[in-house]
Amino acid sequence: MATQDIPHDVGGGRASLLYDPKVRGIFFQILVVVALTAFVYWIIGNTVENLKRANIASGFAFLNGRAGFDVSDTLIAFDSDSTYKRALLVGLINTVVVAAAGIITASILGFLIGIGRLSNNWLIRKICTVYVELFRNIPPLLVIFFWYFGVLSVLPLPKESIELPFGSFLNSRGFYFPKLIWGEGSMLVPVALLLGIAMSWFVARQARQRQMATGATFPVFWTSLALIVGLPVLALVATGFPLSFNFPQKSTFNLTGGLQIKPEFLSLYLALSFYTAAFIAEIVRAGIRGVNKGQTEASSALGLRSGQALRLVVVPQAMRIVIPPLTSQFLNLTKNSSLAIAIGYPDLVAVGGTVLNQTGQAIEIVVIWMVVYLGLSLITSGFMNWFNAKMALVER
Amino acid sequence: MSQNDLHYVRTEMALPQPAPLRERGPVAWIRKNLFANPFDSVLTIIGMLIVAMILPPLIDWALIQAQWTGTDRTFCATVAQGGIQPEGWSGACWAFVNAKFGQFMVGRYPFDERWRVILVAIMFVALLVPLLMPRVPYKGLNAVLFLLVFPVVAGILLIGGVLGLSHVETPLWGGLLVTLTLSYVGIVVSLPLGILLALGRRSKMPVVKMLSVIFIETVRGVPLITVLFMASVMLPLFLPAGVSFDKFLRALIGVSLFASAYMAEVVRGGLQAIPKGQYEGADSLGLSYWQKTGLIVLPQALKLVIPGIVNTFIGLFKDTSLVYIISMFDLLGVVRQNFSDPAWASPQTPSSGLVFAALIFWMFCFGMSRYSIYMEHRLDTGHKR
Repeated sequence: MATQDIPHDVGGGRASLLYDPKVRGIFFQILVVVALTAFVYWIIGNTVENLKRANIASGFAFLNGRAGFDVSDTLIAFDSDSTYKRALLVGLINTVVVAAAGIITASILGFLIGIGRLSNNWLIRKICTVYVELFRNIPPLLVIFFWYFGVLSVLPLPKESIELPFGSFLNSRGFYFPKLIWGEGSMLVPVALLLGIAMSWFVARQARQRQMATGATFPVFWTSLALIVGLPVLALVATGFPLSFNFPQKSTFNLTGGLQIKPEFLSLYLALSFYTAAFIAEIVRAGIRGVNKGQTEASSALGLRSGQALRLVVVPQAMRIVIPPLTSQFLNLTKNSSLAIAIGYPDLVAVGGTVLNQTGQAIEIVVIWMVVYLGLSLITSGFMNWFNAKMALVER
Repeated sequence: MSQNDLHYVRTEMALPQPAPLRERGPVAWIRKNLFANPFDSVLTIIGMLIVAMILPPLIDWALIQAQWTGTDRTFCATVAQGGIQPEGWSGACWAFVNAKFGQFMVGRYPFDERWRVILVAIMFVALLVPLLMPRVPYKGLNAVLFLLVFPVVAGILLIGGVLGLSHVETPLWGGLLVTLTLSYVGIVVSLPLGILLALGRRSKMPVVKMLSVIFIETVRGVPLITVLFMASVMLPLFLPAGVSFDKFLRALIGVSLFASAYMAEVVRGGLQAIPKGQYEGADSLGLSYWQKTGLIVLPQALKLVIPGIVNTFIGLFKDTSLVYIISMFDLLGVVRQNFSDPAWASPQTPSSGLVFAALIFWMFCFGMSRYSIYMEHRLDTGHKR
């Protein structure tokens, strides 16, 4: 029987280690780690030397020093004798306030415009398209400048303020509106408001359970509205209107009394809202269009009215598509609020920049910025992930 | 068969009839698109009010009342503001834009050397336009010229200092020149860097993966301003004494690194969308990692994410305006800087300058987004449902 020798390696002659992907992987990783360590070591060495030469002590001890500058727009008490720490806190609060206000306004505006782009009405559709294409394609900083230099700073002086309804005024120093003064016994009003919110939550839960069990629906929205608005009003009436208003008054050079919103805040807030709304509108439109047409048709086959179909069938499914990109728009808005520095609104970056110029503690300030913005991002995306999980359809 | 006599089969087609009068013509269109139901009618009226509130005053301001020519601020200010216009006048001050046009384009670039910028601009357009038109041949050569040769030539021309060209320092640069240079370099650097980061993030090597993730997530989590601050304040600290970077270069590094993190996430989306069979098929053909990536995976992945890539480009283009904050003067920065020029300061100057800047930014971004839509249709091989 002729046997044929088949040449084959039995152990021994393994392929060179050079061609083993595992070995290569480990080799490359070691290379990367060594190179990175050397680079970081070099940077740290340079930095330490540079700091020594510039006589800057590293560390966060400077935060307890006296700030020595004033901040134009604060929500907590601050003067030039406060510490740097407090100055940065003021900045952080301002960032959060403008970001939160912007997120709420941009969402409402964005949803309206996004739905408007899908409207059957030709005119509304065109207006919304023009809006989106306009704001998506110009830098946010330009929008901020436009509001600040183009609109708000050319408003008349306080002497010739534009009068608006409800005793509010608009002039080049900002927007003035009446201040609420809580009188005696008015504590009942917020209590009533909380009670209203709690009750409407309870009603919504009951209604959902009943609908699940029997299929009968309950007008949750109107009931909640009545509870949330009605109870505080009732409380007001019961306590005999303890509220009074402090109206802004015109005097020779300025307006006194009332509450003032500075033009810096107003332009930043308006610009961020208008700019981000264009992106949110596109996300909403994509979300609604992403829901299969069969879903709408099936719901009308089941006899749902178009409003019901939208509320019960289309929107819950669209939300699944909308929420992840919406989250990143919220994060973008928060990050874009750092443009405040360009018009002098004291947000975290602007205040940090001042502190940096005064103390030269560049590394510490940049670390604070990064930690705060990463933290804000994590909080926002954590909340939105929770919301996303809640809104996600329960699938098989 | 008498019952069959009654049958009737029509042998010729009925002539098409025009739609009933109430279903065609402008009136029907208006009823269908504007006044379909009471709610729709209310919306239409609100829409008309919005248009009427915005459009006529805008046209009046930008075209009819606008001051097109003039030599200084008096042409754009009312008598009370020290100008020649009647009381209550409000119109765009295009004379300001006209007078400052050179500055808006190239900043404080020396007047006698501006031909160099113009030459670079011509080269840029001459190389970019054929690259964008699918029908023009020699794409490879064109791309090499645009991506490798052009930057070198443009750098020599713009910076100078060699071949008898006088040296122009980057602090003198400004306007659209800075905006476009930052965007060009940012785009050319961030795409390959972003691809590398995306590959790194999907790598099986834990160290490479971890480093990519840390870089991408950190950069994406902070605003561009802090990255720019870092580039402008911290880079000098990191370098040995005596070595210093040009400020413009620092901004370039900041912008490119920032954009590459976003690009990495876009590319990663494309990489994840490629079915596993493609990777396995490439492996079974015996391709190496780089062959597999370069020949099989990336061409498909990048095609999928063209809209995302162009969105990142548009974002980068808009974000270059932020260099104003580290006191560099791009288009928006120069416009902003000129508000305070005493020769032109008037209530109408800021809005005129900003509208002009907005128009330029808008044209570039809108052009990019339209081109991406066109490209997407062209490259569509029908995988989409």
